[in-house]
Amino acid sequence: MEQRLANTWRLTVNEKKFIETALHSDLRVDGRRPFDFRELTVKFGREDGSSEVQLGMTHVMGFVSCQLVQPYRDRPNEGTLSVFTEFSPMADPSFEVGRPAESAVELGRVIDRGLRESRAVDTESLCVVSGKFVWSIRIDLHIIDNCGNLVDAANIAALAALLTSRRPECSLGGEDGQEVIVHPPEVREPLPLIIHHLPIAVTFAFIGDENRVVIDPTHFEEGVMGGRLTATLNANGDVCAIQKAGGDGVMQSVIMQCLRIASVKAADITAKIKKAVDSYNTERTLRKIKRQPASVAVHVSEPSQTEVKELSKKHKEKSMLKSEESQSDDMEIETQFSEHDGTTRRDSSSKSFVGGPSSWDPYSKGVDFDELQASLASRGEVMPVEKLEKSRHDKPYEGESPNLLADSAAPLLAETTETGVEIKREKTLKDAVKPKHKRKKKASSNTDAS
Amino acid sequence: MEYVNPEGLRLDGRRPLEMRQLRAEIGVVSRADGSAVFEMGNTKVIAAVYGPREVQNKSQQINDQAVVRCEYSMANFSTGDRMRKPKHDRRSTEISLVIRQTMEACILTHLMPRSQIDIFVQVLQADGGTRSACINAATLALADAGIPMRDLVTSCAAGYLNSTPLLDLNYVEDSAGGPDVTVGILPKLDKVTLLQMDAKLPMDTFETVMQLAIEGCKAVANYIRELLLENTKQLEFRRGV
Repeated sequence: MEQRLANTWRLTVNEKKFIETALHSDLRVDGRRPFDFRELTVKFGREDGSSEVQLGMTHVMGFVSCQLVQPYRDRPNEGTLSVFTEFSPMADPSFEVGRPAESAVELGRVIDRGLRESRAVDTESLCVVSGKFVWSIRIDLHIIDNCGNLVDAANIAALAALLTSRRPECSLGGEDGQEVIVHPPEVREPLPLIIHHLPIAVTFAFIGDENRVVIDPTHFEEGVMGGRLTATLNANGDVCAIQKAGGDGVMQSVIMQCLRIASVKAADITAKIKKAVDSYNTERTLRKIKRQPASVAVHVSEPSQTEVKELSKKHKEKSMLKSEESQSDDMEIETQFSEHDGTTRRDSSSKSFVGGPSSWDPYSKGVDFDELQASLASRGEVMPVEKLEKSRHDKPYEGESPNLLADSAAPLLAETTETGVEIKREKTLKDAVKPKHKRKKKASSNTDAS
Repeated sequence: MEYVNPEGLRLDGRRPLEMRQLRAEIGVVSRADGSAVFEMGNTKVIAAVYGPREVQNKSQQINDQAVVRCEYSMANFSTGDRMRKPKHDRRSTEISLVIRQTMEACILTHLMPRSQIDIFVQVLQADGGTRSACINAATLALADAGIPMRDLVTSCAAGYLNSTPLLDLNYVEDSAGGPDVTVGILPKLDKVTLLQMDAKLPMDTFETVMQLAIEGCKAVANYIRELLLENTKQLEFRRGV
């Protein structure tokens, strides 16, 4: 039936007793109060729809991907949503390779129920052709480190990944108007998913004979607990899902009390996630503007670059002020962006833009998509450097973004909005061979100079 | 769709707070140590219990308590569309886990160290509320097997459709997409051991629905207790005491 007991790690009697007695005086082994959450950190990857959540030492990664599929027969105009869990054997001695264990299945089902049954994700907007093509959203949750309370961490990871994920835009075409054309992200900006509300899972453990309630149990406490209750609520106080799969019985009043505590925590966590996602989005739009390959640096005249640096300095100061203000929270969220690519210059400047003004988003305003497409089509397959040259000639033609021109760095930025589109592919290639390439580049520029 | 008509009747003619008819039978599998059939309206479930017996897989043995295992399955003919389903899909794995943990909480496992108890439940007809019916059947089978328990576990579901709390949902009501609260209680201790819920519900409404489900559980508990008493009397009579 299951190998659940094969490698389970057990607490000694002493450890169990210690945890239980400490709880009598409302103390927990890691120094928290019974209703304190551990520190929550939400990070995002460079790609859209990937998140990394750390709840204390518990570490979960979430990825969201989408695909065009045929819908279920009974729901012809709804997209699908599925949750997959991956319990890596390195995360815990009891996780084994092979078929998912019961706990993995339960985790997936609880998160799936919270998201699907409460209609958190608008599945109807994922329909392309009724009965033929809908988007299927797949959430992959990877457990990297298990230090207790996987459900909450995985749920937050799923939500964070969903909030930042984007699906490619598509339209109907062909002779009969039934053919689906998926626009690659370079041509049309991918669309974010529509998410109505955020169902947040909050887990309680019941420990000892008196069923003392603690929130967010660590794996030590999970070894002692007699029962567990996971309540999934959103910020409005609606109950989206509850899972208490057997275990010690508790009074009905205790359950209601847990739900009330959970709704407070849910509002708290929702705010943290939103904050993290907001700064990710700001960062994302800024990255769009800064999307310039290293090769551009050769063309760019020195003064404009220094101007950008000055600007970024100002923003740095601003954002530092901002972050100081936000330090007061008890459950601190640090939003970091793993910048794996680009030169160090790029890195530092883009980081310093975190929290900058949102009017810096010229991409959507500045460039007409159709025009862009047309210009893309006319160019065909040319070398990127040539493209750059062309786009430089096109510069005056690009002057339809007033807030850009007003800026001192406008020429550079306007150029990158144009060229960034074609350059993306080239840049990712460069990522793969970053260090070598960089050295080569330097060498080549040196030879050029000589 | 209208699930409660203006006269206050549901699709199958019940009142909102009315349960389906309960029927149960003990000792239906002759080779098993304990077995039972439990019916809630058209939902029909059979359960068999083996044990306490020697642990089959020695590595799973626990030295201070019994190992409880549970396997839930749905017969291919149990639902409307007859099709072969994979044996261990995610749903049945989860229900197996839920039933196992629920029964584990009420069995006095520390009285039977180094042994194992197997619970097998199979759904013969599915018409909503299979989870509850399985737990009720498993309780009866465990009692029939004479396994020491803290209390009976009984379970019942409730829902909320057309802004009316409904007790004991059938398949049509269950698949309406409304909230579905499955509760399992220890009736004598008056404690909730199993609680599963999905879809969105405001907190105070949830409390009323849960209360309703608990009332349903208590009604099931009364029925089960009567049945067990009747069964015990028969056993007594057969022994000629």
